Amino acid sequence: MTFKYKNVYINETATISGPYEKEGPLRRYFDKTYDDLYFGEKSWEKAEIKLVKDALVMIMKKSGINKSSIDLVIGGDLLNQITASTYGASGVGNSFIGVYGACSSSVLGLIIGANFIEGNFISNCACLVSSHNMSSEKQFRYPTEYGAPKPSSATFTSTGAACCMLTNEKSEVRVESATLGRIIDYEQNDPNDMGRVMAPSAIDTLVKHFEETGRDPKYYDLIVTGDLGKYGKEIVKDYLLNTYEIDLGDNYNDCGVMLYDLEKQKEIKAGGSGPVCSALVVYSYIYHLMKEKKAKKVLFLATGALFSPLLVYQKENINSICHAVSLEVV
Amino acid sequence: MKNIKYDKIADVHKAPENRIKNAFVAFFSGGVIGLLGEGFIEILCMQFHLARSDAATIMIVTFIFLASLFTSLGFFDKLVTKFRCGLLIPITGFAHSMTSSALDYKKEGPIYGIGSNMFKLAGSVIIYGIVSAWFFGMVRYIIGGIG
Repeated sequence: MTFKYKNVYINETATISGPYEKEGPLRRYFDKTYDDLYFGEKSWEKAEIKLVKDALVMIMKKSGINKSSIDLVIGGDLLNQITASTYGASGVGNSFIGVYGACSSSVLGLIIGANFIEGNFISNCACLVSSHNMSSEKQFRYPTEYGAPKPSSATFTSTGAACCMLTNEKSEVRVESATLGRIIDYEQNDPNDMGRVMAPSAIDTLVKHFEETGRDPKYYDLIVTGDLGKYGKEIVKDYLLNTYEIDLGDNYNDCGVMLYDLEKQKEIKAGGSGPVCSALVVYSYIYHLMKEKKAKKVLFLATGALFSPLLVYQKENINSICHAVSLEVV
Repeated sequence: MKNIKYDKIADVHKAPENRIKNAFVAFFSGGVIGLLGEGFIEILCMQFHLARSDAATIMIVTFIFLASLFTSLGFFDKLVTKFRCGLLIPITGFAHSMTSSALDYKKEGPIYGIGSNMFKLAGSVIIYGIVSAWFFGMVRYIIGGIG
């Protein structure tokens, strides 16, 4: 389902990153970076809440919109009951919506916010996402000090918080259209190979977006997927070419690959993941490219794996979803 | 819905995994742990004139202590990532699994945190260790008789 927007603009973005992201190639585009993973807090969960608060303070500072003037805050993260967003955004904005789309939460938030603004119900909306490597490890995998060996297909949950302020006031970059994805089940079940799990949803949403808008990959200067990693990225390219004869060419990349230096940072394995992974790349580096007019039309697809460790142990498949948003320089 | 074509293409782009190297690293590092343990027992026997069974117990307790200490000092996980099952299969891995779980949940307090989560990984080892010990004990009893 594709929506077109006439009246939705990106006012500002704020990106806060952890130490691993700081070591990556996009360091200079982040608003604030940290050197350790606790950020002065006492637990991983509280550390993630601190990141969300930091991102909100940063977006308010950069956009000049104070906390009582923000109409709506939309937040999403990976913690149980999306608590990083709910605790972090407490006291900010006049209303709040918590969303869960796993790693697709960033675009899901943008789409919901854009629809409210396009419908003239609100005039601005802060869309935020966060994830924390350690809080995710603790919740989804093994204890953080366990250091369980991982296969090279595994992805690494990024640490950070990112916020995008959408408004109805004209700015340099606008949200042009968006495609909401559906839940895809290709009977994949390896939580250590999320690229393979999520690639089908990226393919589905991408094909749907092109069909419904009548566009092809050449229309965009840059197409980025969320967090498929280096292997998932190749699957998308190969499958689209073989099945739909869509050649993504050189203007396709994956945020999980862009966020880190995979040659040097061996612990990252196949690439970054987590809701903030794609948001950190798009809201910093890609937004910067767009403001400098080096990329005028960008399609941003955030991919998410919809599962819980419990259902994986109960032998259920891991489903995935992907939402897309098209950003254009005004 | 299964998509055979998708699986075929995804298999082409499968991440390479060097199983032989992993197995060798685990075999070698696990062997080194065994060698250290055996050397330690020998020293206890020769220098302190302990019985071999007592020396073995002291060796195990020492290794459990060291693994737990290194886990809490924060570098054992890095060694595990590097040497893999070589450090996880010996008693060091068992101690490490308990300490790391306890550390992870210390902020939730002694009852709801450490107490109820400490055996998160080690619980399976204990329960199936006991069950298999019982099973093999029975086998030995039936085949070998009481004597």
